Amino acid sequence: MAEISIRDALNQALDEEMARDERVFLLGEEVGEYNGAYKVSRGLLDKYGAPRVLDTPIAELGFTGLAVGAATVGLRPVVEWMTFNFALLALDQVINNAAKMRHMSGGQLNVPIVFRGPNGPAEYLSSQHSQALQSLFVHIPGLKVASYATPYDAKGILKSAIRDDNPVVLIESEMAYAWTGEVPDEEYTIPLGKADVKREGSDITLITYSKPLRMVLEAASELESMGVSAEVIDLRSLRPLDEEAIYASVRKTNRAVVVDESWPMASVGSHVAWLISRNCFDVLDAQVELVCSEDVPMPYNHRMELAVQPSVEKIIDASKRVLYME
Amino acid sequence: MAKRETKVDVFTVDGVGDHKKEFLVELLRQMTLIRRFEEKAAQMYGLRKIGGFCHLYNGQEAVAVGAISALDLKHDYVLTAYRDHGHALAVGMEPNAIMAELYGKITGCSRGKGGSMHMFDAEKHFLGGNGIVGAQIPMATGTAFAQMYWKKVMGEKKTGVTLCFFGDGAIHQGAFHESLNLAAVWKLPAIYIVENNQFGMGTAVHRVSSVEDFEIKATGFDMPGMTIDGMNVIAVHDGIKKAREQAQADETPILIDIKTYRYKGHSMSDPAKYRTREQLEQFQQQDPILVLKAMMIDAKMINDDEYKKIDDDVKKVVNESIEFAENSDEPPVDTMYEDIYA
Repeated sequence: MAEISIRDALNQALDEEMARDERVFLLGEEVGEYNGAYKVSRGLLDKYGAPRVLDTPIAELGFTGLAVGAATVGLRPVVEWMTFNFALLALDQVINNAAKMRHMSGGQLNVPIVFRGPNGPAEYLSSQHSQALQSLFVHIPGLKVASYATPYDAKGILKSAIRDDNPVVLIESEMAYAWTGEVPDEEYTIPLGKADVKREGSDITLITYSKPLRMVLEAASELESMGVSAEVIDLRSLRPLDEEAIYASVRKTNRAVVVDESWPMASVGSHVAWLISRNCFDVLDAQVELVCSEDVPMPYNHRMELAVQPSVEKIIDASKRVLYME
Repeated sequence: MAKRETKVDVFTVDGVGDHKKEFLVELLRQMTLIRRFEEKAAQMYGLRKIGGFCHLYNGQEAVAVGAISALDLKHDYVLTAYRDHGHALAVGMEPNAIMAELYGKITGCSRGKGGSMHMFDAEKHFLGGNGIVGAQIPMATGTAFAQMYWKKVMGEKKTGVTLCFFGDGAIHQGAFHESLNLAAVWKLPAIYIVENNQFGMGTAVHRVSSVEDFEIKATGFDMPGMTIDGMNVIAVHDGIKKAREQAQADETPILIDIKTYRYKGHSMSDPAKYRTREQLEQFQQQDPILVLKAMMIDAKMINDDEYKKIDDDVKKVVNESIEFAENSDEPPVDTMYEDIYA
């Protein structure tokens, strides 16, 4: 086992899959000569050359759509969006083409493609650059959507996504690229569609995914010092959603707090909270709580931007509410 | 509104050249098939057998037939927009499967899930049928990218070109500009064909475009451009054949403005009040079917009786497609859950 960063875990996954299958290629802004805006693609242009690693012009709609077309005839592109905020320019190609080709052709066509990049707030970037936009993609049948917050998950999920015959959107976080963890030396993959119990517990279920995982685990430790045993579910896959993993945990703890860094309306978090209310109604001992971002665009000011987002304190407060510890 | 003078050279031909009779008879048959198919589709739409948006190809037959007849569909690809029945027939899809798709039946080419705007045939390398204006242009650039990649990375000896059809309305989308730049930078074998029927829905080209001869735009991407008479199927065939050879030999994309005209409204719900009867009649006098027929009669390749036989034969094919669609089953409702994920 080696201790590496999420950035390097993603780099290893890309490298291994490009070596395994010459149909796999990487394109995006600054992925080549610059070695990636966040260095995820470091060294890959030197190793594989063009056109397997392609620096694109700043034209998200154009290069994303080009990759969709290439995937439709059998190549396996990995599209790097420098941020999900820029991916908004490419949404037409993702929603109207990638997600629809198989359906509109009556099953004749597949679109094996990966879209990945940093999503969600970082720091001091104001409102256009601090958005957790996963709900836009999760809403769309025809897409798969997954996330990761550990190097082990990052590598295993990216490798599976590249091998999948469907369009897969992968949610990353600028703040998490440097997070480290253990990754096996031997090859492995993690199947899409599976949640992971990141911490076992019996009194309350904390459900999250992507970057907030770290603060949820921190909150779970604090709860332990207060005598509360919290189970932490990392959804990892957002579409399809591993509903059984959620219900199995809630049936055990009878209480749930969902933590999602996106806005509250029509989000993964609000959907999961609804699913629990509907399908675990008989076993719930309290209302389901949702800890999410405040329903406002992100301000630049640091105190304000921290106040907008979920925090350990907010997670503990919500946990206390469902545990009637007030 | 009269027919305007163009500022570029329009490639056309004034006779059958050295084309063989059998080949030209096939072009004539395909154009007549499309015309009769669309007439029947309009009729069935009126009877509410076909619903939704239905964009007919009458008047533009020479574009799809001439261009696609210049391809080798073992290697080449074709993508177009929502006015796609003509292209579907020209790539050789079964009229039965197309009509059944218009009817929304399980026997349709897309199992009743696509309808008029979404005809597909993966085996014939026809990738739709796209309902968002200009959205097929980046995708077609991607199939051309794959054609380059198969050759450069995967060592395939023979790869083809991609024909990307779109209307004059699509040329102002960012997708067009982003795609042509990428194709030029990466030297992709994409042939971009503006089916310039002079109206983006109800808006005349000159009202929304700084130029009316789109060949001019090729210069800005440093790629070859060309303008073709789209009412003359032989001109379209010869022009695209030449472009196909150039795209492969010079490893370059090409932008081609094909001047054509649609006889019907934008879709079935459009009475086309934004244009004059004179303009329509002027184009109908150079109807692509009549033009080819006249050239073939001049060359003593065909006579009126022989043409009537072609016409009777395609009418029979079209009537059979109606019968097929009428007698086909509705898709089982549960199939809504199919064809979403591989």
